[in-house]
Amino acid sequence: MAGTVRRACAAFSAALVVTILAASLAAEERNVIFATTTSTQDTGLLDALVPIFQKKTGYFLKVIAVGSGQAMALGERGEADVLLVHSPEAEKRFMDRGFGIRRRVVMHNDFVLVGPESDPAGIRGMKSASWAFKAIAAAGVLFVGRGDNSGTDVKEKKLWRIAGVSPEGQKWYQQTGLGMGHTLRVTSEKSAYTLSDRSTYLSMKRVVDLAILVEGDPDLMNVYHVIQVNPAKWPKVNAKGAQAFADFLVSKGAQELIANFGRERFGTPLFFPNAVR
Amino acid sequence: MDLVVQGIVRAAGLLASGDREILEITLLSLRVSGGATLISTVIGVTLGAAVALNRFPGRNIAVSLINTGMGLPPVVVGLWVTLFIWRSGPLGDLGLLYTPTAIVVAQVVIAAPIVTGISLAAMQNIPEKLRFQILSLGAGRARYLALLVREARLPLLAGVMAGFGGALSEVGASIMVGGNIRGYTRVLTTATVMETGMGNFEVAIALGFVLLVVAFIINYVLTSIQQRIRS
Repeated sequence: MAGTVRRACAAFSAALVVTILAASLAAEERNVIFATTTSTQDTGLLDALVPIFQKKTGYFLKVIAVGSGQAMALGERGEADVLLVHSPEAEKRFMDRGFGIRRRVVMHNDFVLVGPESDPAGIRGMKSASWAFKAIAAAGVLFVGRGDNSGTDVKEKKLWRIAGVSPEGQKWYQQTGLGMGHTLRVTSEKSAYTLSDRSTYLSMKRVVDLAILVEGDPDLMNVYHVIQVNPAKWPKVNAKGAQAFADFLVSKGAQELIANFGRERFGTPLFFPNAVR
Repeated sequence: MDLVVQGIVRAAGLLASGDREILEITLLSLRVSGGATLISTVIGVTLGAAVALNRFPGRNIAVSLINTGMGLPPVVVGLWVTLFIWRSGPLGDLGLLYTPTAIVVAQVVIAAPIVTGISLAAMQNIPEKLRFQILSLGAGRARYLALLVREARLPLLAGVMAGFGGALSEVGASIMVGGNIRGYTRVLTTATVMETGMGNFEVAIALGFVLLVVAFIINYVLTSIQQRIRS
């Protein structure tokens, strides 16, 4: 009895393994794993760019939308081939440690400090983001942070450092650990403040009760770089596919698409291309 | 509240127009979770029968393990499956991460213990007298098992339905091992999470609605089979 079951199980698992092997070996080289920040997916930019790239090159791009921190963590382990991230200091560390081979600027936009229209901390129109942070802390009004090591999270923590405030553990400070879209909704529900990239805010504006209160500070610059993961560190990395997609992002066609993306829906571009001179 | 009403209206519109992307996502969900349920049924009924009909040392531990497995948190399954199948993992050479196959594997890990646990209880419930009777009538092993499965088909089908429900509704593992890739590994649950995050509530409501309808239809079919057998 037990013998029959064992034999059946063994035959079944063997069949399963063979099927999986055959299916997976066929497509390997065509697949490119692309780890990126949530903002590029939440705004719909990738939905516009990726199909064009795939059609042009025949590669299949597996888009994994995570924070910049997680994207680089995947790159460090060779679990992704190419990254689009916006966390400059962490990117430099990533490059210095030899995990990336080419880092090229793709586009930029800026961060904005958003909050309830009533603005209980009185930060509207402030020229400096760190002053505004200080004012929010002094007023003790709820601030919702990402807390997920994303590019936005790193930027926010830097602004707290400049402001000389340590928000961790304060009653007025909460962290969602979620992407920007979710975090904006939480912030809106709680009538709190948060730091967002302008593009995600604009694409979510319709469903959140939040207004831009502080913008234009040079400290709020948000730059996106494409990085190819170093195949010397991880031989399984699809270096050719990574190169093809990185080249595509900085190509004239893609840069033009980025420049026009969002004009129709939001009346303003969401990203400004940097790569074409 | 008007957002909910608006959402439902737009959801109905999306469904009525036969939105292609929603249709594709639904079909993928069915393929993946249906496949996972099929594999889980083979594993679960076999394993459940093996444990139910045999006495061996450590049997109580085995049964407890199976029962614990019935409540495995999908995110934990997702994490462990990821660790096994990513490039640097022991099965990395298969290139399985971020594929529909990976979701099937994760859902089998979630659903198989559910089917196993219920099969085990079902088989154990068959009166011992009946089992001896079948054997004494000279049934071979295969025939013996087939008769037992037939005898326990009602609770076994309930086990299959529970397993399918577990597979179809989980999101934590699917998003981790599948990556929610558009047109490739985006299933109903992961799409719902994403659309909610993007503020597209009407699409999220539509997807949630489809999920419920699909679950209902499948369960209705299985229940009909189950109840017909009984009458």
